[in-house]
Amino acid sequence: MSHFYKSSKSDPVLLAAAGVGLAAAGVGLALWKRSRSADSNSLSSAAPNWTKARSSDRALFGKSLLINRPRDELFAAWNVDRFPEFMENVAAVEDLGDNISKWTVKAPAGHEVTLVNQVTEVIEGEAIYWQSTSASDVANSGEVKFADAPGGRGTYVSLILAYDPPGGKLGGLAAKLLQREPEVQARRDLHRFKQLMETGEVTSNASPSARSSERPTEPHI
Amino acid sequence: MRAVTWQGRHKISVETVPDPEIVNPRDAILRVTSTAICGSDLHLYDGHIPGMRAGDVVGHEFMGEVVEVGASSTLKKDQRVVVPFTISCGQCFFCERQQYSACDNSNPSETRDASELMMGHAMGGAFGYAHLTGGYAGGQAEYVRVPYSDVGPVVIPDGMPDDDVLFLSDILPTGWQAAVNADIEPGDTVAVWGCGPVGLFTIQSALLLGAARVIAIDHFPTRLALARKYGAEILDYGEVDVREALDEMTGGIGPDACIDCVGMESHGFTVDNVLDQVKAKFYLATERPHALRQAILACRKGGRLSIPGVYGGFADKFPLGQLMEKGLTVKSGQTHVQRYTGDLLDMIRDGKFDTVSLISHHAPLEDAAEMYRHWHSEQDRYTKIVLRPGLEKGGVQAMQEMERA
Repeated sequence: MSHFYKSSKSDPVLLAAAGVGLAAAGVGLALWKRSRSADSNSLSSAAPNWTKARSSDRALFGKSLLINRPRDELFAAWNVDRFPEFMENVAAVEDLGDNISKWTVKAPAGHEVTLVNQVTEVIEGEAIYWQSTSASDVANSGEVKFADAPGGRGTYVSLILAYDPPGGKLGGLAAKLLQREPEVQARRDLHRFKQLMETGEVTSNASPSARSSERPTEPHI
Repeated sequence: MRAVTWQGRHKISVETVPDPEIVNPRDAILRVTSTAICGSDLHLYDGHIPGMRAGDVVGHEFMGEVVEVGASSTLKKDQRVVVPFTISCGQCFFCERQQYSACDNSNPSETRDASELMMGHAMGGAFGYAHLTGGYAGGQAEYVRVPYSDVGPVVIPDGMPDDDVLFLSDILPTGWQAAVNADIEPGDTVAVWGCGPVGLFTIQSALLLGAARVIAIDHFPTRLALARKYGAEILDYGEVDVREALDEMTGGIGPDACIDCVGMESHGFTVDNVLDQVKAKFYLATERPHALRQAILACRKGGRLSIPGVYGGFADKFPLGQLMEKGLTVKSGQTHVQRYTGDLLDMIRDGKFDTVSLISHHAPLEDAAEMYRHWHSEQDRYTKIVLRPGLEKGGVQAMQEMERA
């Protein structure tokens, strides 16, 4: 049913991204559902996914990017077959049926985290929602939305994900230092998606330096 | 290969590093034939640009021969090309509007975070200029990898020597954009602060764009002599009060357009600049914008201010009220090199620019460390240094004795 699953017969790695989306990185707990009308009497701001007030302790990440391609093209490309091209830290994925998939994701310090996520809703050309199941190491949920940008500028692609940081606040800090934090990974994966769709390749600064730890074919910080 | 590397403040060394390789389909690899040291390389040398790492290969003004291409490159082996210092994809929102230096894809996802944190939005990518602009190896090397090689590189016709066209990589388009940004109208008097290579090209550009007069401000006799040679009237700020002189030369109204080709490291012993120097020494500030302050106060009411000079962060004692009350229009930014290279190449062929007489030295790549020292400390004698990977170590060639103003 979900277009996410249309390649369920292909290499499991290709399924990897299912549901998690950029969350590949990531991980998380319940979807941060915003009901602005419910929690405030004041005028709403026009940025629909943002508020300074938080009603949950869960880590929440949201990012919107303008991508200079048509909405339908981007929606079609947000596809399990193409996820490995721009998601960096998905090690493997297994289709469990019923729109559920099991993801093996690289975590800090060489560890791996297993996510079990279910796509809960797909609005063709507009949005994809997912939610973790009880079998997931990390409770998480998220959504990715596609909306036409004005003036023929392309498409606003918005990603929201929520998760319980593994290891609590301390674990979150460690992950951040190791650049494997879900939020960091998700933001970077979303940029890689933009690069791939606009330029046909994922941008890389791979080039020589006099640092013996680096290779000229690998990107560096 | 051999490459010029940044190792820390005032530490440049030539090292053996791995050769670059094709990484993406749109890449090309060049064998560098000429590469210049830029005034903005001095900001790196002085340690004022955040985000450098020991071992970085520097250099953003270079040209060479294509030796290898990726599957989607439009270049061909053996073509001679000049490469814009700005790395631009050609397909994002900004590139489509020819705001190439603002390219939204060339700063990779790994390096753009810090840039975004510091600037509000991530800067575009550039060669050899710190990790805030992508952490790409530069072209002061025997070989260099050029991303998006179907968009940036300018193919050079046979018979045009390197020295004629090398500066299409940065300083010629930068001087041109500086003058374009001054919105010059017929009859205008344009004042240019700084007669380094960018200032010298700004002077030539402003006259080509119709300025009636250009007044150039510096204190190095050799550089002032070049400014005069290119058609400017000159002011040595060591000898005159610049603002009084500019008023006197414009019937009291001030120049119509003022262009700051100095940037973050102003020279001079005015009160504001000495305070800035002290703060910069103790890393309390990065900017020493004396020239920019003076330009704002000197500019005529309703005039135009163009800022090609490089700044890196927050400035003190900025005459904001003066800017506002005088109703100045400000235009600034890194150069959208790709927007101008085609027209400028034609203008070089037509003999409209003197791109050669500002070069004071040709030097081997191997002598780069020594050349950086000279470029930093002897700015009167060293007006522009071109490094050539092919020259034997020690084979520095000074051009004929330069004239002094």
